[in-house]
Amino acid sequence: MSDTLIRLAHVEKSFVKGKEKISIFEHLDMTIPRGDFVAIMGPSGSGKTTLLNMLGGIDTPTAGEISFDGQRIDQYNERQLSKWRSDHVGFIFQFYNLMPMLNAAQNVELPLLLKPLSASQRKQNVAAALEVVSLADRAKHYPREMSGGQQQRVAIARAIVSDPQLLLCDEPTGDLDRTVADEILAMLQLLNKELGKTIVMVTHDPAAARYAKRTLHLDKGKFVEREELAA
Amino acid sequence: MSLASQVSAVVRMNVKSIGQRFWPSLSTVVAVMLVVLVLLSFLAMANGFQQTIRGAGRDDVAIVLRAGATTELNSGLSRDQVRLLGEGPGVAHDANGDALLSPELFVIADGKKKATGLKANLPLRGIGAAGAGLRDNLKIAEGRMFASGSNELVVGRGVQREFENFDLGSKVTLGKSQWVVVGIFETGGSVFESELWADLPVVQSLFNRTAAVQTVRAKLDGPDGLQKFKDYATNDPRLKLDVLSETQYFSDQASQTSGLIQYLGWPLAIAMAFGALAGALNTMYSAVLSRTREIATLRAIGYGGFPAFVGTLVESLVLAAVGGCIGALAAWIFFDGLSATTLGASFTQVVFKFEMSPKLVEQGLVLGMAIGLIGGLLPAFRAARVPIIAGLAER
Repeated sequence: MSDTLIRLAHVEKSFVKGKEKISIFEHLDMTIPRGDFVAIMGPSGSGKTTLLNMLGGIDTPTAGEISFDGQRIDQYNERQLSKWRSDHVGFIFQFYNLMPMLNAAQNVELPLLLKPLSASQRKQNVAAALEVVSLADRAKHYPREMSGGQQQRVAIARAIVSDPQLLLCDEPTGDLDRTVADEILAMLQLLNKELGKTIVMVTHDPAAARYAKRTLHLDKGKFVEREELAA
Repeated sequence: MSLASQVSAVVRMNVKSIGQRFWPSLSTVVAVMLVVLVLLSFLAMANGFQQTIRGAGRDDVAIVLRAGATTELNSGLSRDQVRLLGEGPGVAHDANGDALLSPELFVIADGKKKATGLKANLPLRGIGAAGAGLRDNLKIAEGRMFASGSNELVVGRGVQREFENFDLGSKVTLGKSQWVVVGIFETGGSVFESELWADLPVVQSLFNRTAAVQTVRAKLDGPDGLQKFKDYATNDPRLKLDVLSETQYFSDQASQTSGLIQYLGWPLAIAMAFGALAGALNTMYSAVLSRTREIATLRAIGYGGFPAFVGTLVESLVLAAVGGCIGALAAWIFFDGLSATTLGASFTQVVFKFEMSPKLVEQGLVLGMAIGLIGGLLPAFRAARVPIIAGLAER
């Protein structure tokens, strides 16, 4: 098994606005090894979220290659990408993106409904995921009954419940105060160290980036500086 | 398995989220409810009218009209024709050998409606001695039958209920003479309950119609009696009359008015349905809009567009079903059995009751669900095509 989990080669991304072609990336190259925890920082409009979306298969490059575990996901069609996401990727969003009408356990169960699992197996996996984020006692609580930090922990449980290799986090602490943000980041760090999850995190916050193994700085569609950080 | 789980999860979410958009959801429910209520009110009216008229007819009684006459009012038979009809084949006879035949005179009298105080036409029927025996389920509920040769009336239950001054013992002026109500009769809710009955010779005399009757009712002597009697009355050059079974006659009468009611009801309901459809579309589009981020999140997790499509459609159908059921229930509660009067084919008032039935409810619900289906379809397509990136950016 190769050490490289994700590889971007000569990736271009552009779109047309009116008569103008706007280029976000030109010849972007990137390698993310298995078990990495990488923070991507950069000013607004630098292409951080677009990069994250392409890594997660919800956006496609205009040109170039994106490989995951040796497979060219940039060549997948929409149906294949959906299946690939459900098998390999967990998403964690800034505003948690929980379903307000479902309780914590039901929210966490959502990715499992895409798998051929029995109800009791799903229940077990949900309980285990909630245990990991220390919210077993909140399983029946609805998002409106929980704090922002608790909601983000439910979102993390949802992201890891189907045991994906890759976690993609888009400003996961952007809506939280410092103390709670540190708890969430420590939890991500734990998932990386203990469970071997590969994590890519987009953030504006240098303090958040310090929890990652390394930080990549993106500006105007290019990595301008690379900094290897000690774990 | 996986697709079914996805669909059921999304349907469950959508249905549970209806409460979060209470007012737009309620407006759709109310709009569908009103459509179903209006449609069912018309259909119940038409159905009740039809049942009332059709319930009066008997297969073993023939009605004889002047050739070409469509109602009793524009029919007329001479005394000789009545005598000849009594000698015809197919007519049953009583123990004394007399033909069971009732020559009848149908004149229009004035009555005043209790509900509005307005004058309206009432049918006064002069019947022969055999006339009462030719009516199904006839029951003198109060008082007694009129005595022959007297200006006494028996009054149908519907007339007594809906018109002033027709209670037992009342004295009423009809035409230029005064009559006494000596009995109230019932015929199981049929159209005859909208009539006043009196002795034929007295009606002929007091309304100056001494030589004429308008129709003859004849009891038939068997299943082939109608055809024999019809052949006789049609072919005999002295007669040349139209003969119908009473069932057929009333069925023809009922279909004209009930058809008219239905032709009014359906277009009105469909016009309202377009309004409700606009409401349903608006509600469902706003539902999809407010759920854009949730749908995009599910798509990012790996859900397909189909569950979002089905979930939106089911949500719309649920709203329509709730509205339809409430509308049908309200129609049943408020309209079933409601007494009303309308103008019948003989330009006289027919008292009838609105009548609901499971079949009518089915029609109402089908229309309601059609609103839900069409109203949900386009928003469901939109839900299935929510762009993930733009959806995730929604706040």
